[in-house]
Amino acid sequence: MNRPILAALAAGVLGVVVPAVHAAKAQTFHIALREDPDLLDPTLGQSYVGRIVFAGLCDKLFDIDSKLNVVPMLATSFKWESPTALVIHLRPGVTFQDGTKLDAAAVVYTIERDLTMQGSARKGELANVTGAEVVDPLTVKISLSAPNAGLVAQLTDRAGMIVSPTAAKKEGRNFALHPVCAGPFAFAKRIPQDEIVLDRYPGYWNAKSIHFNQVIYRPFPNGSVRLANLQAGAIDLSEQILPTDVAAVKKNPKLEVVISPGLGYNGITFNTNNGPQAKTPIGESALVRKAFELSIDRKALSQVVFNGMYPPTAQALSLLSPYHDTSIAVAGRDVAKAKALLKQAGVKLPVPVTLTITSNSDAQQMGVVIQSMAKEAGFDVKLRTLEFATSLQAGHKGDFQAYLIGWSGRVDPDGNLTPFLRSGSFFNYGHYSNPTMDKLLSEGLATTDFAKRKAIYDQVQELSNKDLPLMYLYTLSNIVGMKKSVQGFVPVPDGMIRLQGVSMSK
Amino acid sequence: MVHESPRRAALRRFMAHRTAMVGLVVVLAFILIAVAAPLVARDSPDATSWTAIRKAPSLIHWMGTDENGRDVFSRVVYGARASLLAGVVAVAIAAGIGVPVGLLAGFLGGLVDALVGRLVDAMLAVPFLILAIALAAFLGPSLTNAMIAIGVAAAPVFQRVSRAAALDVATNDYVEAARALGNPPWRVAMRHVLPNIMPPVLVQCTLAVASAIIAEASLSFLGLGQQPPAPSWGSMLNSAQQFLTQAPWLAIFPGAAIFLAVLSFNLVGDGLRDALDPRRR
Amino acid sequence: MRGRLGIRLLQVIPTLLLVSMLVFGLQQLMPGDPALLLAGEEANPQVIAQIRAQLWLDRPVPVQYLHWLGRILHGNLGYSWRLREPVLQLIGQKLPVTLQLGGMAFLIAIAIGVPMGVLSAVKRDTPLDWLANAIGLGGLSIPTFWLGIMMILLFSVDLGWLPPSGYVPLFGDWQRSLATTIMPAFVLGNAIAAVLMRHTRSAMLQALSQDYVRTARAKGLGEMVVVLRHALRNALIPVVTLGALEFGALLSGAVLTEQVFSIPGFGKLIVDAVFNRDYPVVQGVVMVTASIYIGLNLLADVLYIIINPRLRAA
Repeated sequence: MNRPILAALAAGVLGVVVPAVHAAKAQTFHIALREDPDLLDPTLGQSYVGRIVFAGLCDKLFDIDSKLNVVPMLATSFKWESPTALVIHLRPGVTFQDGTKLDAAAVVYTIERDLTMQGSARKGELANVTGAEVVDPLTVKISLSAPNAGLVAQLTDRAGMIVSPTAAKKEGRNFALHPVCAGPFAFAKRIPQDEIVLDRYPGYWNAKSIHFNQVIYRPFPNGSVRLANLQAGAIDLSEQILPTDVAAVKKNPKLEVVISPGLGYNGITFNTNNGPQAKTPIGESALVRKAFELSIDRKALSQVVFNGMYPPTAQALSLLSPYHDTSIAVAGRDVAKAKALLKQAGVKLPVPVTLTITSNSDAQQMGVVIQSMAKEAGFDVKLRTLEFATSLQAGHKGDFQAYLIGWSGRVDPDGNLTPFLRSGSFFNYGHYSNPTMDKLLSEGLATTDFAKRKAIYDQVQELSNKDLPLMYLYTLSNIVGMKKSVQGFVPVPDGMIRLQGVSMSK
Repeated sequence: MVHESPRRAALRRFMAHRTAMVGLVVVLAFILIAVAAPLVARDSPDATSWTAIRKAPSLIHWMGTDENGRDVFSRVVYGARASLLAGVVAVAIAAGIGVPVGLLAGFLGGLVDALVGRLVDAMLAVPFLILAIALAAFLGPSLTNAMIAIGVAAAPVFQRVSRAAALDVATNDYVEAARALGNPPWRVAMRHVLPNIMPPVLVQCTLAVASAIIAEASLSFLGLGQQPPAPSWGSMLNSAQQFLTQAPWLAIFPGAAIFLAVLSFNLVGDGLRDALDPRRR
Repeated sequence: MRGRLGIRLLQVIPTLLLVSMLVFGLQQLMPGDPALLLAGEEANPQVIAQIRAQLWLDRPVPVQYLHWLGRILHGNLGYSWRLREPVLQLIGQKLPVTLQLGGMAFLIAIAIGVPMGVLSAVKRDTPLDWLANAIGLGGLSIPTFWLGIMMILLFSVDLGWLPPSGYVPLFGDWQRSLATTIMPAFVLGNAIAAVLMRHTRSAMLQALSQDYVRTARAKGLGEMVVVLRHALRNALIPVVTLGALEFGALLSGAVLTEQVFSIPGFGKLIVDAVFNRDYPVVQGVVMVTASIYIGLNLLADVLYIIINPRLRAA
């Protein structure tokens, strides 16, 4: 094609327009998100990307660092007075973006709001919490009905985001439209599906770490579009660069990419006990599930679908988590052994399995890979695609045999295990139920001593791998693409974009 | 037979229509490819090869390989089945619903016509693709359901066309004569009206196949059509979107196939219209 | 004529009522529990029950429908379940985006379609006519989303001239606004241009065979003058009314175009709402779209009668 002529032609037409597009605005930082967040109310918010916006909008009582240690933020320290009483000391001199003071009363108000507001998504995270009280203006005591070792970790996320009581009382349920918190940037405006604009809050307690006047978050659900915007310079930093796009970012001299392990995973949940669909060879026999696992080459799967950038795993806990069990090796593929296990289980070949997948292209590609791998060991995998909304409902109703679904991950190990493995847990789609497992999970939540807790979760994972109600496939990685001129970005396993310390060099 | 000769004349005009003949040849070629897919394509469209992922077009793989190392040429060839089938079946459904209803409405008139007319107005007031998306989401994503969704969403147009044609025909002398002779309405409709409204319906069918192919591609593009591992041009484009920069051939070839197929159906439809209605040209 | 118009106006009411039932019925049948989706990763049975109660999802369908209908008659389209913003406000934000896109698309379509149609009618049955026809049919046969992808590949990825996506309001920064909308507008306009071209061509052919054109020619007027002043003027009548009717096609096209170019417009609003089961938004958008569509159809009818004196007599 005759590029120069075309170029000259178009340059003539668009001459005025193009420079304007590329003009950099040093004072504003543009962040690309994978989708449009839901409600910007820390009590009601449900979405992962919503948390990324909160990272600019709402500071939390505690934060985590890149090694998953809990570090001070709005609170300076905490102490378990007893296994059911947590005392938190607040940072002095902190104000909300409406100028009101952040004190113990505001923290108590926020916790009460999380516990009582209709539709609160935080109630489950604040498990066993009965209430909070003001000890002095900078000290709060949270009381529990039973121990909850995961509580402090929950306070590093939305449950720890303190909202301005003045604003929250005034706005009521519409607080999400004008949220007021104690983060570095204050809410300015939002156009759904288009942009969320936050302006610098001059009274921020850690103001010297902030180097922009404005942050704009823009959703780009399509990975290629996200990439193209980064390449075109319209975006300064993009979360969730697709693994297959990493090479393109690396090749661009103006861009760089930061890959770090995340907290989430993806896996296959088997229907072992939920309705008639559980009455299949793979639902009824752990041996058959083991054979299925042995037929899958997780490493090759990750290589094919994600260019190897999502590390294969056989457990729910992140590589970075101190509770990660290094003794659980990712079993290699062993077709012969898989066939032997199927023989031992005495099932008729080929073993039919319907794998439910969602309609996004990653899931579809994984489905194809799993289908062709399992075939060699004697499984006849049928793929059933459902829209995400429909698949969730099918999962809860037990209308599935095997379901490819992931989890965005939590800091505390309990958050990655209990919702899926305990009897009656909400995300236990297959109604897996083992009394030993339930007992171990309860013990884990009640134990604060690290060594003892680690031992309990090691047992949990061992049991989970024996019963195999859920076959973990790979850990998610956080892949962030950004301009080389962006300085000071520190990746943290939760994948949030923390703006403290980030700046643009000219 | 009185109306044999206009038909033959139309056929002659159609045969003389150069672009329509080109279109017809391409359509036939596509049908042949779809039917004889196993002979045309060397590889199975589902044969994965983890060592040859997203390879650029070469002598071995004319159109390159996709994200699962499958031969894109084979998938385009087999994809013709899904796309043509979707086009034809969707139109059959649309015509199967739309024509009898339109015929009845036009022929009976009165309350039936008014009721049907409002329903058709309501369906036409919702943009076609949005109606199809809603129907496909309700039925669940699959090729069959996409065909049904497109067929139902396209039915109102057929109702309109056949109703107008039926109104036109119903005033003809021989129809009135047949009625006057005491023939029951359904027999008059079947024997006298139906054959006479066939020309405009036929033209509409050909053109509708073209838009149904695009509609299937659109639904598959949104993840609501053909499901893996089976190929369709739209679903190939859907997964190609992720690899635009690294593997543009994944988007270029299926898109070109859609374009070519739709273009030739449109050419045939245009030719048919010109041949059946010489006043238009 | 007034009587005919009156009947058409009266028909609007049952039609809109049917549209509302159609939409409401469809979403009742749709699988996927909105409450489950809204609760996300923090779901538990109590939260789900609370959400269902809040959204009236626990009441019988007819009650839900009448409740919604009652509100809509007061001009209240309700709140988005996902964003808690008033649906009317969302529509107010998104409609102008799509209208700008559509307006530009129409301008592009007219700029391409009308001259091509005139040219191919005047040069009837010459290679020029065939070429124009082929281009027109080609435009009609390209899937809009594929054309969009190809344009992004060429102009944004390869050449880097235009932003690949996004939207800047016209009244903010008009240069950037045009830069972000020119590609999608072209993609949208392309299909309409083809339709316009074909209509202009056949209308021109008809006009050129009319008496007044023959008279003008006989008067010795130049061919350009005859074509432009006499034939085209009359040929444009059906073309004008066509504009209104193409609105539906435009919205269908916008659904995909906005998806490809990540433009936060009307089409994207409804697709996301369907996938998120945000029913108030789906209902509101469909009702507004249908009303506009029906209104434009009426307008087209009126225009047609006004422009065409022969029909007025009838």
